[in-house]
Amino acid sequence: MRELFRTFLQRLVALFRRRQLEHDLDEELRSHLRMAVELNLRKGMSAEDARREALRSFGGVEQTKENYRDQRGLPMIETTLQDLRFGLRMLRRSPGFSALAILCLTLGIGANAAVFSWVEGILFRPYPAVAHQEQLLALTGTARGESGPTGLSWPDLLDLQRSCTLFDSFIVTKIMGTSLSIGDRAEVTTGSIVSANYFDAIGVHPILGRGFEPGEDSGRNAHPVTVISYQLWKGRFKGDPQIIGKTQRLNNVVHTIVGVTPEGFYGTFVGWAMQFWVPASMEENFEAGGYKLEDRGARWIESYVRLKPGVTLSQAQQEISAVAKRLEADYPDTNRGRGIKLWPLWQTPFNNANTLLPTLEIMLAVVVFVLLIACANVGNLLLVRSFARRHEMTVRLAIGAGRGRLLKQLLTEGLILSAFGAAGGLLVAYWCRHALVLLFPARGGVAMHLPGEIDWRVLALSAGVCLLATLLLGLVPAMQTGKIDLAGALKSDSAGVVGGGGRAWVRSGLVVMQVSLSFVLLVGAGLLLQSLQKIRNTSPGFSTRNVLDSAVNLVPAGYDAQRAQSFQDELLQRVKSLPGVESAAFARMTPLSYGSFSSTTIAVDGYQPPPEEQPMVQYNEVGPDYFVTMGIPLVSGREFSRADDEKAALAAVVNETMAAQYWRGKNPIGDRVQVKGRWMQVVGLAKDSKYESVRETSKPFFYVPLRQNFSRGAHLFIRTPLSQVTMATALAREVHAIDGNLALYEVVTLQEQVDRSTSPQQVAVTLVGVLGGLALLLAAIGLYGVMSYAVSQSTRELGLRMALGAGASNLLRLVLARGLALTAGGVLLGASVALGLTRLLGNLLYKVSPRDPLAFGSAFVVMTIAALAACFLPAWRATRTDPARALRE
Amino acid sequence: MPARKSEVLQGTLDLLVLKTLDSMGPLHGFGIALRIQQVSEDLLQLNQGTLYPALLRLEQRGWIASKWGVSENNRKAKFYSLTRAGRRQLNEESESWDRMSAMINRVLKAT
Repeated sequence: MRELFRTFLQRLVALFRRRQLEHDLDEELRSHLRMAVELNLRKGMSAEDARREALRSFGGVEQTKENYRDQRGLPMIETTLQDLRFGLRMLRRSPGFSALAILCLTLGIGANAAVFSWVEGILFRPYPAVAHQEQLLALTGTARGESGPTGLSWPDLLDLQRSCTLFDSFIVTKIMGTSLSIGDRAEVTTGSIVSANYFDAIGVHPILGRGFEPGEDSGRNAHPVTVISYQLWKGRFKGDPQIIGKTQRLNNVVHTIVGVTPEGFYGTFVGWAMQFWVPASMEENFEAGGYKLEDRGARWIESYVRLKPGVTLSQAQQEISAVAKRLEADYPDTNRGRGIKLWPLWQTPFNNANTLLPTLEIMLAVVVFVLLIACANVGNLLLVRSFARRHEMTVRLAIGAGRGRLLKQLLTEGLILSAFGAAGGLLVAYWCRHALVLLFPARGGVAMHLPGEIDWRVLALSAGVCLLATLLLGLVPAMQTGKIDLAGALKSDSAGVVGGGGRAWVRSGLVVMQVSLSFVLLVGAGLLLQSLQKIRNTSPGFSTRNVLDSAVNLVPAGYDAQRAQSFQDELLQRVKSLPGVESAAFARMTPLSYGSFSSTTIAVDGYQPPPEEQPMVQYNEVGPDYFVTMGIPLVSGREFSRADDEKAALAAVVNETMAAQYWRGKNPIGDRVQVKGRWMQVVGLAKDSKYESVRETSKPFFYVPLRQNFSRGAHLFIRTPLSQVTMATALAREVHAIDGNLALYEVVTLQEQVDRSTSPQQVAVTLVGVLGGLALLLAAIGLYGVMSYAVSQSTRELGLRMALGAGASNLLRLVLARGLALTAGGVLLGASVALGLTRLLGNLLYKVSPRDPLAFGSAFVVMTIAALAACFLPAWRATRTDPARALRE
Repeated sequence: MPARKSEVLQGTLDLLVLKTLDSMGPLHGFGIALRIQQVSEDLLQLNQGTLYPALLRLEQRGWIASKWGVSENNRKAKFYSLTRAGRRQLNEESESWDRMSAMINRVLKAT
């Protein structure tokens, strides 16, 4: 063993001392032969015989040296180095070919690496600063009869924590927008309400001060402390080393800064960077809806759990479900029909991991297509070149190179190309790591945070892609060398016919594959684009133009309900008297926004729900003139007025679907509905609109007067033809005139609100569109390459045809027809593949069939135009053939 | 029985070289070749060239060492000598060779 190691070391060292050792070997052998000659002379041979005899008994000198060298160094490595050197020389000799090949591979591998880095940074390792992310799972509630997940309540979470044994920790984190007072200004920023164990449980240790202490998450408003982010500390506090103990007004409540998180920690919410954290005890100050830590019915928490090592998801889910069952039995009022569910991190339903998941899944498939197309391009280039190098290969085979050795050389050349491509591709991925953010509309000036993560797993995958590309590239010349026929070594190559010949078959096959793959991508892009248009054209059921939305959160300013009501009255008064304002109204929730509507179990006179089911319906708390302002038509009855206040009889407006479902089409006006134990009279019937998503199907929904169900965090809607900016300035002035301490949320049009809610579709369309365009370009380049090569190889045939009387237009048609035949083959193949694959777009498609003829048709048109463009130049060149010269050659 | 020349068995060349160096002391490649041919009374057919990769192999394993020197007739030559590890190896190999040949002899005689 020691000897083997010693041998290896010496051989390794020998690699670097080749010149010296080679010299020594020469010297030694020469001295051997000289001594042998001398001995023979002494034996009485002639000089000539002495020399011949010495050489004979020595055996072959060169052969000895070759054997000696194999023993001395590491032949594997030496030939590899040799191949590398030779490969690099070949690349340098044809810079145009090399540049094009490397560019294609850079794009192909770069697209893969970029998407890998997004998948890693958004789905699998979204929180780089957090320890052992693989043990984290997301936790949400479920409700019978509702498809989506719900929040969790604080008391339920405490019970889980007490009863479960398979978990290291339960982590509460709830994102919130908040006004941050700086001097006399107030700015809106994002932060999290967290449980006291938050920083310990995720393994993030503040660089200054401390995290939260046990108990700081209990007691109503008992612990006004905050941990701030590194960016906030560096930016707003200029990196003040004495920051700990200083105070910061958050939502107008003074908080003591107790810690600063390390650089690179952005919280645990995919999509947004958190600026500060407060313990759950301060919840009331940041969340609408009052004090919720003792309310089992208030499901507002977003949560993660950390599993104990070795515990599987299904074991953990079993334990959780058992506890949920018990809670259902113990607290039927609040927990009937309620479950609790664990999700792997990449399926986290309450952040942007969820919205981006389908898009990223599609992207993973799309980039494989792009890679294949790029490889086919480079493969074609290699084929053309290997044709030019056939002579070289034949000579090498003839002087004794093994086919294996030759293959190794060609694979090495492929590896050099794909290694350059991979290096370029990683650079592309690095540049693109923040690119996803650009595709999302900014909200209130706060940029989204969706970084790609380039870690060793991404690097390893990219290296794998690179090797795959090398193998694909190596296949092409390998087929080539397999076919070399030594006997025909020096036969001259006969000029081919356009589109004829065996080798052209391979090249055409590659082009057909490229065309078909890019056709599939074009169909996909077309389908997504159409869905987006359908979504855009879907009426949300309210006016999106001329209606602005903003909010003033009164909770932080310390307003109680009464003061808040008079503030809202006064603001409404002032806004309505502004010039250009047609109407204005308050409501607790903006439709299609991130927040969640209140929901309740209802009872309706004369409606018998199926057993084991509790009818759950969502509702919004809206003020007078809400329907007029929003442009939601009333079918019958009336909307709320100022008279519907605390003293008046409880009232409700239901939508058409609710009426159809619970009153079976009978006009519900005048009937009663029970909401949270209170009976309300239905006073109006409103048209259906979209509430949480433009893509949702119509669902039961109702409205109650804001005054009878008051919220201090209400949004203000203003119908006006005036511009957003004008209105925002005026609105800010009015708010400040009433109370200078209040912060106005951003002013958005309802159209912007709708656009935001459809941004995942937009992102998908943009990404697939960009990559589809890239694929089309690559395929066109491939087609162009094949056609121009075919033309250049068949000048003799073309010349002959011309001499026999073919006009320029005949030749043009000949070449174009050949190119279009290839395209048609690709389109046919692509269409059949696409018919099978577009189903996978599934959820991203909206009101568009995966076999939509328009998408297929337009992909066909685009492909044909691109093919014509790619073939035209070679075809034109064909018409310029000089028949006299072509025939002489 | 005519004196037929035999090919050097794979692996035995190492043993022959070690033994030669053991009995002769430091020697250059040509000397080793001569000596092997002499002792075997020219019955071994040895391409002298094949000696050199073998010498390198032995040196890489640390069983012999080499040094440039001057030959008896004032020629520059590379001299090889047995190292301590080489002597140990020689003893081991000649023992196992003895065992092996004795065994083969027994088998051949038995039938």
